[in-house]
Amino acid sequence: MARFKKSKSEGTPGLNTGSMSDIVFMFLFFFMVITNMRESSLYIKIKVPQASEVQKLEKKSLVSYINVGVPNDEHKYGREPRIQLNDQISEVSDIAEFIENERAARIEAERPMLTTSIKADKDVRMGIIVDIKQELRNVNALKLIYTTSRRGKE
Amino acid sequence: MGKKCPELNSGSMSDISFLLLTFFLLVSSINTDMGIPRRLPPPIQPGMVPPEVHKRNIFVVKINSQNNLLFDGQIGDLKALRDRAKEFLSNPQNLSNLPEKETVDVPLLGSMQVSKGVISLQNDRGTSYDMYIQVQNELMAAINEMREDLSLVKFQRSYSELGNEQRAAIDKAIPASISEAEPTKVGGNK
Repeated sequence: MARFKKSKSEGTPGLNTGSMSDIVFMFLFFFMVITNMRESSLYIKIKVPQASEVQKLEKKSLVSYINVGVPNDEHKYGREPRIQLNDQISEVSDIAEFIENERAARIEAERPMLTTSIKADKDVRMGIIVDIKQELRNVNALKLIYTTSRRGKE
Repeated sequence: MGKKCPELNSGSMSDISFLLLTFFLLVSSINTDMGIPRRLPPPIQPGMVPPEVHKRNIFVVKINSQNNLLFDGQIGDLKALRDRAKEFLSNPQNLSNLPEKETVDVPLLGSMQVSKGVISLQNDRGTSYDMYIQVQNELMAAINEMREDLSLVKFQRSYSELGNEQRAAIDKAIPASISEAEPTKVGGNK
């Protein structure tokens, strides 16, 4: 009986931390599944406007992004809003080629479902957006979505 | 049985996996892409004549380079735009200065009175994108509210819970007819 008491007074037994890594790995996989890698770094500042009537993008693989905003590096690209396609600063005239490339990268059945997402900073002027829209019309890329963040309904 | 294998210290394993977790949290972004869907009109073919639209069927909304909103011929407020657009599109009292309606046979709904009204949106090249989105949002909100109401009456369910066919029927009864006019150039060419 005395021996039994002694073994109890030795303090708390060490916590088994082996399963902790399992839990963390589970977290890891969860985040890997719900997130997606940043495909290209942005050279421009974008703060999208807010809207309440938003819809989610359905198929992310069928979306091509046109980013519009003021460049981070104003010595290199100036202060005027610029367009970024993939990972380079481009001109409005490059959009036609960009859309062609996006189409060529998809199988034929998916091409009509291609959507163009205009992700523009809320402070840019409409002039550049209008030019983009005109260019998209010319190449028949008519499905368009203005990327916004969600605001609660009033 | 020979030597007893010493137990592996697995405490640091969680450190490593935490490191991995942090790495993934940093390099990835949670999918937050949402937006207002729109359809551009097809490019103008040579020799195409724009369809004649009766004056009562057009609701002109203009935004100038100073982000002022104009509708009904006077400067208006963004908050009032939604109700005005709803009134224009639904024309509940069949007034003669609001758009006419035509009877269209819609599947699932039967014959419906579909408004021929078109919202014409014109902006300046100097209008801010934010203002443009807010106006688009209000107009979409007006259409969405009307669709929601019709859906509740016809199907006793919210528009977002409808199936594809039912949704298409509602869309046909309340079309999202927003047309965008060529922008003005008062606020400079940029």
